[in-house]
Amino acid sequence: MIQFRNVSKSFGARTAVNGISFGIDKPQMVGVIGRSGAGKSTLLRMINRLTPATSGQILFGDRDILSLKGAMMRRWQRDCAMVFQQFNLVPRLDVVTNVMLGRLNGHGTLKSLFNVFAEDDVRDALAALDRLGIAQEATKRAEELSGGQQQRVAIARALMQTPYMILADEPIASLDPMNAKIVMDALREIHERDGKMVICNLHTLDTARSYCDRVIGMRDGVLVFDGKPEELTTQAAREIYGADESFNEAATSTAIDAGAPGRSRSAGAMSPAAVAV
Amino acid sequence: MAVAALEQEILSLRKHRQLYSLIGLLLVVAVLVSGYSKANSMNSGGFLQGLSKFFDYPGEIVAEAIDAGPAFFGQILHFLPAMMETLNIALVATLLGGAGAVVLAMASTRNVDSWGPLIPVVRRIMDVMRAFPELIIALFLIFVLGSSPVPAMIAVAFHTAGALGKLFSEVNDNIDRKPIEGLSACGANWLQRIRFAVLPQVAPNYLSYFLLRLEINVRASAILGFVGAGGIGQELRRTIGWGKGAGDETAAIFVLLFITIMIIDQLSSWLRGRLVGSSRAH
Repeated sequence: MIQFRNVSKSFGARTAVNGISFGIDKPQMVGVIGRSGAGKSTLLRMINRLTPATSGQILFGDRDILSLKGAMMRRWQRDCAMVFQQFNLVPRLDVVTNVMLGRLNGHGTLKSLFNVFAEDDVRDALAALDRLGIAQEATKRAEELSGGQQQRVAIARALMQTPYMILADEPIASLDPMNAKIVMDALREIHERDGKMVICNLHTLDTARSYCDRVIGMRDGVLVFDGKPEELTTQAAREIYGADESFNEAATSTAIDAGAPGRSRSAGAMSPAAVAV
Repeated sequence: MAVAALEQEILSLRKHRQLYSLIGLLLVVAVLVSGYSKANSMNSGGFLQGLSKFFDYPGEIVAEAIDAGPAFFGQILHFLPAMMETLNIALVATLLGGAGAVVLAMASTRNVDSWGPLIPVVRRIMDVMRAFPELIIALFLIFVLGSSPVPAMIAVAFHTAGALGKLFSEVNDNIDRKPIEGLSACGANWLQRIRFAVLPQVAPNYLSYFLLRLEINVRASAILGFVGAGGIGQELRRTIGWGKGAGDETAAIFVLLFITIMIIDQLSSWLRGRLVGSSRAH
């Protein structure tokens, strides 16, 4: 489905991503792990075109997404929804409007400037919020919600885009363990039930093992691990994190991992009641 | 030993600072004295001689207003339409200028992804718009278009667009970029990002500045009446020009102006307080 061919990104003299090549052939849930500054976020942002690549190719099917411009690029951005660490919602707008903003690309500019959304958009937005267990918050301002709730709104916005894939850039890094579990469960459920590809930057090894079908490890902008979660040994982790013998894997764990059902969940198991705190 | 050296250094520094302060003070006094001498030499009657008669004219106005009795309140009502005309000039000009300012601000702020080459151009345009006071623009337009409220509206709107545009662009500079990035990632175009990610953030501060500018423009519109732009200023110029016998009318206009500006000031202060307060509360 998506192929990276020798993709690099430099910020001045600093190389964030250095000639990465790999492919994802089927809708998997892929975890990208590595230390801060390893190039994980840059990798995801290059897919969505938020950050332009310096060189290389990213192919989706036979389409080179790095060459897209203007309306075609924005159409691609709609097709690969992003979920951010800091949610990136519009704080002063209500929750349901925030979710409907995921459909902006499909609407004419003039219509959208007057905040005219179709009844279908409202219905779909509420359905997405309901799926994530926060439909009752639809009329509140986004800034009134907790971090975990805001991240679920961001995921609902991503669902409104009906994307090919969801790119989640450290979606649980700002959340407490309970909310982190809810958000990861939601992403896993979307992957299993809707068959969406999910590429998720993560900081904790156990979260990657619990939720992902495949784990990619990055270090200093280079891919140093690509395998199944069970292949992610302590030795492999040491290489990814550039740590010595004293490396304590538990330090990268959170309470979320203790009870995370993750990949053992059955598809569609998530219900509003199940994710409600 | 080191402490003693430090003490000497601090004392020396303090003496230098005191010397600089004294020189600064002397400079200010010299500028004031020379400025007064120059102004007084150019004043035909002399400033000090005129100062003794400072309260004569206001005294005459007040006396004539008292003599008019209850008819004075009728005078106030008589000038109400002219006051409304001035308010109309101020309101329309602020609305037009405010709308122009939004466009200029959005085109001149890097933080909202304005087109790079356009930013310095629009900023210089705003500098020029701010550089000319309303009075100068109005004088020019009245010469071209003739005496009417329209040149005053254009003049005030022109200056307002430049002044508010600068303030609005500073508001834009301080917004959170995360919502803009969030909508970019959804495939929203620039106008959609401005509408949904920028405007909700800046609206309270924009409205606050808009109301402040409305206050300023009411005063500016009244002054423009003096150069033939209509409204209460034109009436005031007429009554002051007549001198004795029209003092009650002059007093009525002053009272009307004072009440109107006070009401607008209080109303906009209250509204601005609520708007800024509501944006800070969340």
